Amino acid sequence: MTVTGSRHVGSALDRVDAVEKVTGRARYAYDNAPAGLVHAVPVQATIARGEILEVDVDAILKRPGVVAAIWHGNAPRLPSADEELAVLQSRRVAYRGQYVAVVVAETLEDARNAARLLRVEYAAEEHDVELRADHPRMYRPERVNAGYATDTEDGDPDAALASAPVVVDAVYSTPAEHNNPMEPHATIAEWDGDGLTVHEPTQGASSLRASLGSLFGMPPAHVRVVSPYVGGGFGAKLKILPHVVIAALAAKQVGRPVKLAVTRRQMFAVTGYRTPTIQRVRLGAEAGGRLVAITHDVYEQTSIVAEFAEQAAVPSRMMYAAPHRRTTHRLVRLDVPTPSYMRGPGETPGMFALESAMDELAIACGVDPVELRVRNEPETDPESGLPFSSRNLVACLREGARRFGWAGRDPEPGVRRGGRLLVGTGVAASTYPAYRAPSSASARAEPDGRFTVRLAAADIGTGARTILAQIAADTLRTSPGLVVVELGDSALPSAVVAGGSMGSASWGTAVVRACEALRDRLEAAGGAVPPGGLEATADTTQEVRAQEPFARHAFGAQFAEVGVDADTGETRVLRLLGVFAAGRILNPTTARSQFIGGMTMGLSMALLEESIMDREFGDYLNHDLAQYHIAGCADVRDVQAFWVEEDDSHLNPMGSKGIGEIGIVGTAAAIANAVHHATGVRIRDLPIRMDKLVR
Amino acid sequence: MRPFAYHRPSTVAEALEATGTSTDVMYLGGGTNLIDLMRLGVVSPGTLVDVTRAAPATVEETPGGGLRVGAGVRNGDLAAHPLVRRGYPMLAEAVLAGASGQLRNMATVGGNLLQRTRCAYFQDVSKPCNKRSPGTGCPARAGDHRNLAILGHSDSCVATHPSDMAVALAALGAQVHVEGPGGAHVVPMPGLHRLPGDEPDRDTVLAPGELITAVELPPPRPGGRSRFRKARDRASFSFAVVSVAAVLEVDGGVVRDCRIALGAVAHVPWRAEAAETALRGAPATEEEFGRAADAELAAARPLPLNRFKVALARNLLVRVLADLAEAR
Repeated sequence: MTVTGSRHVGSALDRVDAVEKVTGRARYAYDNAPAGLVHAVPVQATIARGEILEVDVDAILKRPGVVAAIWHGNAPRLPSADEELAVLQSRRVAYRGQYVAVVVAETLEDARNAARLLRVEYAAEEHDVELRADHPRMYRPERVNAGYATDTEDGDPDAALASAPVVVDAVYSTPAEHNNPMEPHATIAEWDGDGLTVHEPTQGASSLRASLGSLFGMPPAHVRVVSPYVGGGFGAKLKILPHVVIAALAAKQVGRPVKLAVTRRQMFAVTGYRTPTIQRVRLGAEAGGRLVAITHDVYEQTSIVAEFAEQAAVPSRMMYAAPHRRTTHRLVRLDVPTPSYMRGPGETPGMFALESAMDELAIACGVDPVELRVRNEPETDPESGLPFSSRNLVACLREGARRFGWAGRDPEPGVRRGGRLLVGTGVAASTYPAYRAPSSASARAEPDGRFTVRLAAADIGTGARTILAQIAADTLRTSPGLVVVELGDSALPSAVVAGGSMGSASWGTAVVRACEALRDRLEAAGGAVPPGGLEATADTTQEVRAQEPFARHAFGAQFAEVGVDADTGETRVLRLLGVFAAGRILNPTTARSQFIGGMTMGLSMALLEESIMDREFGDYLNHDLAQYHIAGCADVRDVQAFWVEEDDSHLNPMGSKGIGEIGIVGTAAAIANAVHHATGVRIRDLPIRMDKLVR
Repeated sequence: MRPFAYHRPSTVAEALEATGTSTDVMYLGGGTNLIDLMRLGVVSPGTLVDVTRAAPATVEETPGGGLRVGAGVRNGDLAAHPLVRRGYPMLAEAVLAGASGQLRNMATVGGNLLQRTRCAYFQDVSKPCNKRSPGTGCPARAGDHRNLAILGHSDSCVATHPSDMAVALAALGAQVHVEGPGGAHVVPMPGLHRLPGDEPDRDTVLAPGELITAVELPPPRPGGRSRFRKARDRASFSFAVVSVAAVLEVDGGVVRDCRIALGAVAHVPWRAEAAETALRGAPATEEEFGRAADAELAAARPLPLNRFKVALARNLLVRVLADLAEAR
């Protein structure tokens, strides 16, 4: 593989779009206002299961400014769609908050008012919205998210557990959690004959274009998705969502461009969330802490209209050297909103359980929690038997322990006081796969010495624009200031989504190859750029498919110090420190933001985030930011991220691993473990709030 | 949002005139709660009378040594006012414990007192709520009530009053000055708010058209030390799960007098009279503080998900009193 020179990759270049963003010049989807624009406000089901009988369209059409009111009874038919996306195509209601109609009006105010007044009659049916591990309708999905096997078994875990000198057997749970990127979803849909243009904040313009094409039964080339700036995604903007379909349908129906802005409240029903999980983990170990068996059984929910099976037990397959292992995933279809991707799906809830259990095992064995993990370090991937391309978990643990001041920690729980605070420390490991997917890119040399790199990548706040300019500059042996990166548009060369922490690895490979090809063309042209410029393209499909078999993962170690108020049980994280091994760090500034952003989200998950399912009504009750708490600055006191250098030639031309998700993985367990150390109370059910600690 | 008429009178008399006794008219202060409720469809007044010009917006010393705080004073200005910080630090603490800097800069004293409960059912018009739509029922009782009332609630409503400031005012024994179609009168805190009973739609004792014009604080108690403390899930910008406002006067190790109010436990800022009675004349010890808290919380009727608030209220009350006693 070619390794790029590293003049710019690895340097702390400021974000190339920082000025646009802070001065408000960056145009987000909602900022667009094509001529003739009308506003769409969707109406959401107020029952969790049943049928729509009638929608009083006539009354609402008489209201001022109303252009259309669309529901199943009068909506254009979609040629094919999965049920979640078959918006306004059926009388069935599958969850409370599902879109049942949309009102289109000349102004947002008129549309909102009319949507509020639109009368919808339902025949409600009994609903079932409660996740229980013993739910009679639990089933085994075919696969789990990211294509993993649903269940795995190696050796004889039951026998190994039965004979293990030390056993931890505990049930952990994580609640439903909702992604709340700063920018809510918003769509502007405009038809031009057979062509559809959609302005939409998305994590993947190419995949959204493909989805819209297949939904409306037209070639992808007839669809254009424009998404230059995205105000955070975290998985909530990864795939096509029902509101995009509604906006496109409404625009088709009224023959004018339609703007639809999803409200924060609506997001709690229609833009996905992390499924609640119930996880039983059993660890069997020798007296000294060497694992002999791991079992990890996960129970989750999905909706009636779509299956999303979060791969929570998957990290337990490769994390530690235990000869006997079993992992299972079971789902139940409930009358609930459809769960989806949220930062680190699988690893995030799964590692909360596994790493809490490891802490419990450390205590049961009387072994230091850092040491316990070191003792269970595998030589090769326990699941596949493949060598790791690189694995530096031990280095992260050691470096983290050194920086955090772990040495000499008294393992005794509940004995340290700082005034009225009970103080404790905890550690957890983290991991995330280093995926890479095919992408394409073009690179163009202009006669004035500038270069343009184009691909349908997404910068969802990660700094993709910046690091792609660095990568291109090194490959082209120029400076990032002379490279313009154009992304966020499906008209650009097709690229994989910003998801699975694989953006930089995938897009970076395509950019390197395109720039190499351009360099070759420039050399062939004797270094002179013709007046019309020179361009080259690359598609990495073959390269990615041909990559050698290795187990590729990033690793990390999280350390937390917490203070728990002895009177109130209020828990605050006094210090959070993470050390990560994630290949080559492409830009320390943006990387640090990714790591501490993930850790902050993990802190928020540990202490605050919980979407409360209302059993009587079947919706997530606390559907605004006053009630659904996300950590604020006062909660995030001291968060530090460091990394250990890795030189891994089995990854991609940059030698990088994805870093968007690993920061959140492990954080909640580190905090829960610290809370146990502080108080002696083991919290196995997130979030850790005072109701679980006050005595 | 229902379309509405908007007036901005420049005097209290004009505001009262514009409102009359109509229940379709609402006074608008900083709008930090009312506008949200209008957007949610929880309230839909036909007319808003913006009183931010009409309501007094000054903090003045009264002849008796107290303070008169205009109802139009912004929360942020109240907390920063030197006379408040000097004489009533607990009030400043309480105000600063609430909301965010941006909201405090908008919210007014009058509006803060009259803000509505944040009960999730009250704020969701797709669900029943006796407070919002009398007679429709209270789903919170069987549903989520983790942060709802443990004291003084009724079958028809378990909502809590969300204000932190009101808790401090209840402990301080503030007087609320009211003007209305029937003339002017004064309501002593915590008497402004009422328990839900079977009329939970009525948060306060105010009659239609009545406007809060000022809040008067009695002179600071010589020798009294005060403190406001709030337990909450998030470290900032979140409502209290339980709060305590207390003024304690200790003389020779004995409680000479005390005034205590609890927040986020009831439909009103809860004046802890039983605890006060138990403490007057008692030794200022943690044991006695615990006994007083128990005396107050004997009346608690927690629901399954908010049982912890009883222990939380007890612990917080004991800690605040112990800190005040220790600080002597």
